[in-house]
Amino acid sequence: MSIHPLDPVQALERMMLIRAYEETLIDLHGRGRAAGTCTSVGQEAAAVGVVSALTADDLILTNHRSAGHLLARGADPGRMLAEVMGKRDGYCGGKSGSLHISAKDLGVVLTSTIVGGELALATGVGLSRRMLGKPGIVACFFGDGAATEGRFQESLNLAAVWTLPILYVCENNQWQAFVHRKETMLADGIAGHAAALGVESAVVDGNDPLAMFDAASAAIDSIRRTGKPFLLEAMTYRLRGHFEPDDQAYVDRTELSHWRDRDPILCLRTRLEREGRLDAEGIAAIESRVRATMEAATAFADASPYPGLDALTTDVYA
Amino acid sequence: MTTMTVNDAISAALAEEMQRDPTVMIFGEGVATKRRDLLERFGATRVRNTPLAEGIIAGTAAGAAATGLRPVVDLLFAPFLCYAMDEIVNSAGKLRYISGGQFSFPMVVLAMTGAGWGVGAQHNHNVESWFVHSPGLKIVMPSTPADFKGLMKSAIRDDNPVLVFADIALGYSAGEVPEEADAIPLGKAAVRREGRDVTLVSYAKTVGTCMAAADTLAGAGIDAEVIDLRSLKPLDEDAILRSVAKTGRLVVVHEASRLCGVGAEIAALVAEKAFASLRAPVLRLTGPDAPAPASFPLEQAFVPQADAIVAAVRSQMGG
Repeated sequence: MSIHPLDPVQALERMMLIRAYEETLIDLHGRGRAAGTCTSVGQEAAAVGVVSALTADDLILTNHRSAGHLLARGADPGRMLAEVMGKRDGYCGGKSGSLHISAKDLGVVLTSTIVGGELALATGVGLSRRMLGKPGIVACFFGDGAATEGRFQESLNLAAVWTLPILYVCENNQWQAFVHRKETMLADGIAGHAAALGVESAVVDGNDPLAMFDAASAAIDSIRRTGKPFLLEAMTYRLRGHFEPDDQAYVDRTELSHWRDRDPILCLRTRLEREGRLDAEGIAAIESRVRATMEAATAFADASPYPGLDALTTDVYA
Repeated sequence: MTTMTVNDAISAALAEEMQRDPTVMIFGEGVATKRRDLLERFGATRVRNTPLAEGIIAGTAAGAAATGLRPVVDLLFAPFLCYAMDEIVNSAGKLRYISGGQFSFPMVVLAMTGAGWGVGAQHNHNVESWFVHSPGLKIVMPSTPADFKGLMKSAIRDDNPVLVFADIALGYSAGEVPEEADAIPLGKAAVRREGRDVTLVSYAKTVGTCMAAADTLAGAGIDAEVIDLRSLKPLDEDAILRSVAKTGRLVVVHEASRLCGVGAEIAALVAEKAFASLRAPVLRLTGPDAPAPASFPLEQAFVPQADAIVAAVRSQMGG
């Protein structure tokens, strides 16, 4: 058995933590204690695979399904929950909510809820890396919905022309809010668009964290070597609805069932069990740690006070 | 003193700030072509041409500003800002607040506006109040070369996104700029002419129109005070209130249309805070609620004229 630089057991635990975080949030929302949220359930492998391939110097811009990226980066689930609940100890003092969490200390510059907004800013973050001579690349996560926005073309084009160190990660989850991708684009994927703009790309099984890690590592090597941007397209699926709560009544049951069988957590766990790297006891230990982490996170968020009302008009201007 | 045009004053401010601070850079549609002196002096990494794509230009500026640069972007004509609205309003203006103050956005957006070139409605639209209405932004709209230079320098040094609107008709107008001119603070109006009988408040090109009207009024024994706002946000409320307290009459003049325009804000401000001083109703002279025409006489008719200001003041004075 070869040793993979991304420890698959650790990757599984991180993916399970992301899943548990989002399930906690859905539960809190159901009990009226947190606002609704856009989850990344089913997309944990892409988040963990790509973010694990980044270094501390690299910066991240992401979109409204950002919990996976933040937690993969090492964000504290308690501070994230506090943010979504509008509490003072949230990453943004409760002013962001679930849709726009940024965390400067973790190099997360932006979570954009305007689809494609992250693509528009990524070029500037890449430019500052380049101009200021700082190490590190910029990872920009977006979905297939953003790839049908004009900003996608504008962003990749400028990044290519100016040779900006940007890893574009399209998490092609097949859904654009309430519209299936096949209603809005004829191409099977978006990697082909990149070629026309002079941007190299690769298409990866987005439900396999090890494949994502390998592809991201190769892409980052290419960016460091050539200075040029690179597009990684992760083929994956949004297993829950657009915005909680969402009964997914509009989703084709056969398609959903097909992808549920390919649930990245289920697949990795089965694989590790088959390879003899995890047994029932090992799984139980991970589940127990994740549960304890989320219980502590929830307690922290519950205990955090709401911001003072004077915060209403602070931080508007520098 | 040096005499220079508004366009040259903007270039001079850019050159001085780029010299002073290596994180200042400029990019936009043709800036490296049109500001060749800057390109030669500071090189192609700090002075860049871009595609004709306002959204990505503004977004790139916002991303760069959040992570250590001080970009200035030239988006050419103000109506083009429609394509950059998300990046300016939703990103640059809001992300500091949304992030709980973790990031700041020290960037400048330059755009030309106003009548004078017969360029028609898609190139000529005074959109400044859209941005005054958007939190997190600052808006500057000077009228003289000295102010353009001094306010540009402040805008570049400011840690917030600042929009600088340059009235097309003023671009080639010349004026004296002090050799040692330094930054002029944002949010400070200038009293262009002292007077006792009526306050004329304006900004950009119509400041000159107000000055011409004040000359005419002086001939009729009416002493008009002319205030040039220079900054629309922050707004120098004290300068307006102080003047109205003295004169008791107010006419606000701008080229942008009336509904929800800057004039409405100033009229409301005076109604709230200086009502007792008023000896006549506040009047507004503005452009119409219509797209800007290309035809020269129609375009001129779009803009408030000095004789209309004189007539407005005479009506306030009781004929």
